[in-house]
Amino acid sequence: MTAALPGIRVLDLSRYVAGAYCAKLLAAFGAEVIKVEPPGTGDPARAVGPFLHDRPNPETSALFLYLNTGKQGLTLNLKHPQGREILKALVRDTDVLVENFTPRVMPALGLDYATLRVLNPRLVMVSISNFGQSGPYRDYKANDMIAYALGGYMYLNGHPQRQPLSGGGHQPAYQGALHGYSGVMAALMAREQSGQGQHVDVSIQECMASIHQFTINRYVYVGRIQKRLGNRYQRAHPITIYPCKDGLASLAVSTQEQYERFLALTGLTALLEDARFATPYACSEHAASFDELLAPWLRAHGKHDIVHRCQENRIPAAFVNDVAEVMDDPQYRFRGFWHDLDHPVAGRQTYAGFPFHMTATPPALQRACLLGEHTEDILTARLGCSRAQLADWRAQGVI
Amino acid sequence: MNGALHGVRITDLTRVWAGPHATRMLADMGVEVIHVTGRKLVGPLTVSRETARILGVYPDDEPGERHWNRNSQTNDLMRNKYDVTLELDTPEGLSLLRRLVAVSDVVIENYSPRVMPKFGLDYPNLQALNPRIILCSMPGYGSQGPHRNFISYGTNVDPAAGLANLMGYPGEEPHMSGNAYPDPVAALFAVGAILTALYHQRRAGQGQYIDLSQAEATTALLGEASLGTRLNGVVPPRLGNRHPRQAPHGCYPCRGDDAWVAIAVRSEDEWRALTRVLGQPTWGTEERFATLSGRLQHHDELDRHIAEWTLQRDAHHVMLTLQNAGVPAGVVANAEELVNDPHLLARDFFWDIDHPEAGMRRYAGQPVQLSATPARLYRPAPCLGQHNDQVLGGLLGLSDDELAALRDKGVIGDRPLPR
Repeated sequence: MTAALPGIRVLDLSRYVAGAYCAKLLAAFGAEVIKVEPPGTGDPARAVGPFLHDRPNPETSALFLYLNTGKQGLTLNLKHPQGREILKALVRDTDVLVENFTPRVMPALGLDYATLRVLNPRLVMVSISNFGQSGPYRDYKANDMIAYALGGYMYLNGHPQRQPLSGGGHQPAYQGALHGYSGVMAALMAREQSGQGQHVDVSIQECMASIHQFTINRYVYVGRIQKRLGNRYQRAHPITIYPCKDGLASLAVSTQEQYERFLALTGLTALLEDARFATPYACSEHAASFDELLAPWLRAHGKHDIVHRCQENRIPAAFVNDVAEVMDDPQYRFRGFWHDLDHPVAGRQTYAGFPFHMTATPPALQRACLLGEHTEDILTARLGCSRAQLADWRAQGVI
Repeated sequence: MNGALHGVRITDLTRVWAGPHATRMLADMGVEVIHVTGRKLVGPLTVSRETARILGVYPDDEPGERHWNRNSQTNDLMRNKYDVTLELDTPEGLSLLRRLVAVSDVVIENYSPRVMPKFGLDYPNLQALNPRIILCSMPGYGSQGPHRNFISYGTNVDPAAGLANLMGYPGEEPHMSGNAYPDPVAALFAVGAILTALYHQRRAGQGQYIDLSQAEATTALLGEASLGTRLNGVVPPRLGNRHPRQAPHGCYPCRGDDAWVAIAVRSEDEWRALTRVLGQPTWGTEERFATLSGRLQHHDELDRHIAEWTLQRDAHHVMLTLQNAGVPAGVVANAEELVNDPHLLARDFFWDIDHPEAGMRRYAGQPVQLSATPARLYRPAPCLGQHNDQVLGGLLGLSDDELAALRDKGVIGDRPLPR
């Protein structure tokens, strides 16, 4: 087993989610990732729970611990001129710089790409922001919900007669992270040819707008605006979440063949004679009546029974898991998705891994860095700093 | 100018959304993506005209004489790719596919795990054809394990992966993501893994097998929530549009039909700015709204007050006014508003693509802007089998006679085959 990115040096200046997950992926593939945090408080993700036993502690935030695996911790005050000089010195032999500040921050610090590329023309810099580095919304304030809204995704989520729904967790920020990672890798591939780095500008709004493209197609081709459908999907039925004897089950009956097999399984084949229920498309126009007819079968069967009997009959069905149940799911366990990692403060805990097995360069998971854990090692090894120098900078609040 | 990934060739066996979305991104970045289409899978018009109208996939609801070249979803996902038709259940088709594998860097597929082995196309066999080949498989639950044969779509992966459980109106049932979110999630992880494997291949000369689980891809994007339950023993509740540590935080109705604005107040400064914009109403000074904990506790009343103000105003006006005052706010854009969004237009996000059978249409572009080697349009989506001669003749070196013989036998063609 080897690392895919040996010798690649990364500076991760990010806060919260988007840049952090992008840099976490680089670390997993063997890049040497330095997490640069402000001295004292560190990445503000450290102040976000949940925390171990619900006791706030910058070293036991689930958000920080998950997003910063495999990185080395460096504290550096970028508001201090000396801090910026140290960062520039590190940039000289860095391959990738990841940041997700609002677009005014890096230029204000004198750390914009135009400046940094003079120091290091091979540098790949990725900037992940809510609206990108240009345009009229560039300086708009936003969070995940607002990126959902302006990216056109939120309008699609929820009940047609009620308010649109934001998604679970930090999906827009993660979309920025995944697009950012692809941008970094594409830029590294291009550098193999050209010898030159470049600036990668990722807009989270655009990420969200580009992952429901069929709704854009539908408007452009036919002039139809897709509305919210509730707990349904497009126009086939049943694609939904149903209550059953002991909980919930998910169905995604999408084709005529699957629909006929489902009616056979549930003893409702006679419905095919009724024009209202002859096809999954027709059924979707009469979903409430169909659900009433199906309800006795659902009440009589448990979720395991439903999922397995459907799948045995080639009908798409799935469990409706909460995040704790996913951790016990036999398929995830079989593939070794969950990893136990020791951490000096948070202890031994279970972390989600990566969703791919790779035979030559598998991703590796190592615990998150403590705040400033490697400051002295990094500055000594990379910049040749003396003990006296480090003590001086520490006293000035630079590190 | 060459794209970032110029010189990379991918044989693309993917279908539906997750796989094609991945190869579309790679094609936009300059990869030579050769999509292999089975003409039996294109089929006749598989939905009725009425259903096609409901789904809205053909220009102006008109399937036309060659509906397979006019499908909006195909034309979106296939841009910048080449298309060859091969029937893998014929010896000639399979043999030509193997010859494509021999001259490719990557093969990608999103069949169920049974299909590739059935055709003798599992990784060891591909490696025998091409020692440096990268194979990326992306089934719903992975290629091994007790649920490997589960039929899955993005629509029921989000319940399985734990995402639906975090979504929904507070106190109500889990809610699906509304748009098969796990499909593009798997696509993006596939792109990342393939680029990583390509980087390794270029440097070390070694290929590999990537086995990606769509379900795990979605769960990976909830990693802080699963770790969180281990740290404090709590499964996070569904909050709808609320936020555990910010208030007011929600979605408010505006003037007009189904018009909404999302507003997120994250600090005392933003709270003061909001009440200033709302004209310092008397309720804004009430003691119970003075602190964050008070606002969280009385969020319903807060929402009613804010909605009274937003309901009388245009959503865009509300967004602009609030943003100008430093309050995070965003229109809940529908498809029409999205394609006319002044910011996206200013950034040239959309690509206008002229397709010979679908006309000039606007599509989402790439959210990743590379300054030196930008993603761009090379060519519109191909018509079915458009590049049979170019790829099989030009790349694999088949003669005109051989191509004619394949056409006669139905191994290649430009019209769908009956199932």
